[in-house]
Formats: sequence, C-alpha cells, structure tokens
Amino acid sequence: MRNNVKELRKEKGLTQEELAEIIGVSRQTINAIEKEKFDPSLPTAFKMARLFGTSIESFFHFED
Amino acid sequence: MKEKRRKQTIQLAIWTLTWVATLALATFGPEFFWEQSSVLTPLSIGINLVIGGLMIWANKNLFDLYDELERKLHLEAMAFTLGATQVVGLTYSLLDQKNLIGFDSEIGFLVMFMGITYMIALAVNRKRYL
Repeated sequence: MRNNVKELRKEKGLTQEELAEIIGVSRQTINAIEKEKFDPSLPTAFKMARLFGTSIESFFHFED
Repeated sequence: MKEKRRKQTIQLAIWTLTWVATLALATFGPEFFWEQSSVLTPLSIGINLVIGGLMIWANKNLFDLYDELERKLHLEAMAFTLGATQVVGLTYSLLDQKNLIGFDSEIGFLVMFMGITYMIALAVNRKRYL
C-alpha cells in the first residue's frame, strides 16, 4: 500500500524514533512502513491518523 | 518499554543457559557423576523438563513485547521452520527405516536443523522487511 507517512512525520517535525515512541512500535517498523515494505495494523494506522490530525485514507492509498 | 524488553531478554537468556546446563547434567550425569542412580537420573530429567517449560514461558513473555512487524517476522519464520522440519523430519525417518543412511537417525540432527532453518528464515525476513 502506498503512503505518505514520511512527509506527514516531517511536517510534524518528528524523527522516526520519536514517532515510533509515540505510536508504540519500533523505529524499524516506522522505517518499513515509510518504505512501503510493511502495512501497519488498523490500531497503528488509527494512532498515526490521530497524531497527524487526519484520516487514514488521506495518507494510505489502497491500490488493487 | 525498552527497559522491560531488556529485562525480559536477560531473563530468557538465563533460562536458556539454565536449560542447556540441566540438559547437559541429565545427559552426562548418569555416566560421570552418579553412576545410573534410579533417583537422580529421572530427577535430573524432570528438572530439565520444568526448566524447559520456564524457558518457553520466558520466550512467550518476550514475544508479547514485540511490535506487529517483529511478530510478523518471527511468525513467518516459525511457520516456515515448522513445515520444513515436518517434511525433512519424516524424510529423515524414512531414510533411516529403509536403511538408506549409514547411521541411526538422531533427534539432535532435527533440533539442529530447526535452529538453523529458523535463523535463516528470520535473516531472510529481516532482509525483506527491514
């Protein structure tokens, strides 16, 4: 799944480590999500959406 | 969370080392220390079994602290290892039954195979996702 987590994280002025700490995952997981190698679970996606102040659909783009 | 994980990793390492030590004791004790005692041999095996259970419990507790990606990496590696061990184990057993290998099959080979397969599968997954 395509996403623009990296851009939103940078807009918030957060490092991968800081975002990982807030969301409750490892830095490697944030890195894997940003590289689009791993799609996060719904709870993680919701936590990110809440932090970025937006909806999940606005930064995760499903491609069939 | 990091501190909790560090503590749990240390706990797992301690139980693993204790399990290996009690396994060695149960294996070599009857031969070198107590000359086939009818009490000490089953006792050492029982202790090894209990310590093994505690080691599994410590591993489960560490697994609970993993995040979703780490769990995925380990679960996929475990699934591959389980399948590979079942197939290779039964083939190994058949080869022994039909006398196609020049030695008796040993469970130790299978355990070694499992360990190596798991490590390789985990390394491949880490390369894929991280």
